[in-house]
Amino acid sequence: MKNIIEFKDVSKYFGSLKVLDGLNLEVGAGEKLALIGPSGSGKTTILRILMTLETIESGLITVEGKPLWHEKVNETLVPASEAHLQKMRQIIGMVFQQFNLFPHLTALSNIEQPQILVRKVTKEEAREKAANLMDLVGLEDKKDHYPHQLSGGQQQRVAIARALAMDPKIMLFDEVTSALDPELVDEVLSVLKKIATTTDTTMLTVTHEMNFAREFADRILFFDKGQIVEQGLPEGIFTNPKEPRTRGFLKKYITGLT
Amino acid sequence: MNEVFIFWPIIIDGTLTTIKLTLASGVVALIISFTVGLARLSRHWVVRAIATIYLEFFRGTSAIVQMFFMYFVLPLLGVFLPALMAGIVACGFNLGAYGSEVVRASVQSVGREQREAAKALNYTNFQLYRHVLIPQAIPVMIPSFGNLVIELLKLTAVASLITISDLTFMSQIIRVQTALTLEPLILIMVIYFILSSILVSGTKWLERYFSAGRNIHKSGGN
Ligand SMILES: Nc1ncnc2c1ncn2[C@@H]1O[C@H](COP(=O)(O)OP(=O)(O)O)[C@@H](O)[C@H]1O
Ligand SMILES: [Mg+2]
Repeated sequence: MKNIIEFKDVSKYFGSLKVLDGLNLEVGAGEKLALIGPSGSGKTTILRILMTLETIESGLITVEGKPLWHEKVNETLVPASEAHLQKMRQIIGMVFQQFNLFPHLTALSNIEQPQILVRKVTKEEAREKAANLMDLVGLEDKKDHYPHQLSGGQQQRVAIARALAMDPKIMLFDEVTSALDPELVDEVLSVLKKIATTTDTTMLTVTHEMNFAREFADRILFFDKGQIVEQGLPEGIFTNPKEPRTRGFLKKYITGLT
Repeated sequence: MNEVFIFWPIIIDGTLTTIKLTLASGVVALIISFTVGLARLSRHWVVRAIATIYLEFFRGTSAIVQMFFMYFVLPLLGVFLPALMAGIVACGFNLGAYGSEVVRASVQSVGREQREAAKALNYTNFQLYRHVLIPQAIPVMIPSFGNLVIELLKLTAVASLITISDLTFMSQIIRVQTALTLEPLILIMVIYFILSSILVSGTKWLERYFSAGRNIHKSGGN
């Protein structure tokens, strides 16, 4: 499997706080990753860096073999220009914990507008794709609703459809069910599973839903303090974690683990 | 009071001039509000600096002095503005300075998560403003703009000082011709009050129009 994402010795600071500490990570094309770990361990930061919402202080990230935060000018790497970042963003999409839908647009328009503005498709094409995606996420009857007229779970499904409409090769999901009432979590997770099984999109998912992670992921990464403490197949990590920190963390979620 | 009412043609004239002055300088003020307000949010410091100087100058010097400048000083420099034009420009430039602060603050009030969502969808900076921030900022602007347009209506009264025959100017004519003071002034106060009431209900209507079906403050994402 070819790597679609590579982090080489990446560090990130917020002021004097070191949030990522010499991180190395390789993600294969089409791989489904679940990122787990305690709050504040840097999981969100990794996704935000990939989405170009945060910069890095040192190290190199490549996406599809091209440096993300740098570009080559006369064979030397310099910080990326806005034009370069815009090219790279075409490859990546993100779904946020708080949905971040556009409140002044209907559900359908939320999915149409970025296609028209960014992918330059026709109105008809955008509308058709938006309608299909509303079907896919089970909201065919909510097309003309504004975000505030939808439940959290429905809003999040629209947000997922909006990200999908841009045809990203890599999708980032940051605790997409954490803001939802418990009874709405499953409807969102089942959409993620559907995407995982029906597309070859590379997916990086930060989650606290361990049963979901186990079913969904090809590989689990356990983070603590800006480092990957342990990684491996779901079976291994969830039944027999090697690192005491992983075990300590998972004990809160998995009964029977000692 | 009857002596006053025989002057009704010039009272209507004056009222129409006041309305014209308010509407025309309102359009000027609106254009300046958006231009200067958005320029104050520019990524380029030169643009920000120019906009800030504009704002501080027109907010910091009196509207009457600005109007006198345009009517009495510009001709000395070879620029001749008709009185009405000088009044429109002075009122518009002055109110535009205040309006630019409304635009800037309203655009900034749209949450950071909206900017991030647009960035994640790969919107350009222009698309971010045009399709995400400004549409959400407009409903926030309307109540403040409503207050400003009433300020503007009152501000147009100073235009009578540069010979514009607005409502205030006409009341002075009646006063001189009839030697009555109370009646003409009460009359124009009533007319100003009616005009501002119309502006208030217009603002209320716009507020309802923009919040219908899409209440931004109740939405998710915050
Ligand atoms: N914008 C920011 N400014 C300062 N510190 C931040 C910022 N964003 C995150 N942090 C800090 O960085 C660390 C990692 O945060 P985050 O990546 O959100 O962790 P996680 O998603 O694993 O909970 C935390 O200590 C957090 O407080
Ligand atoms: Mg987080």
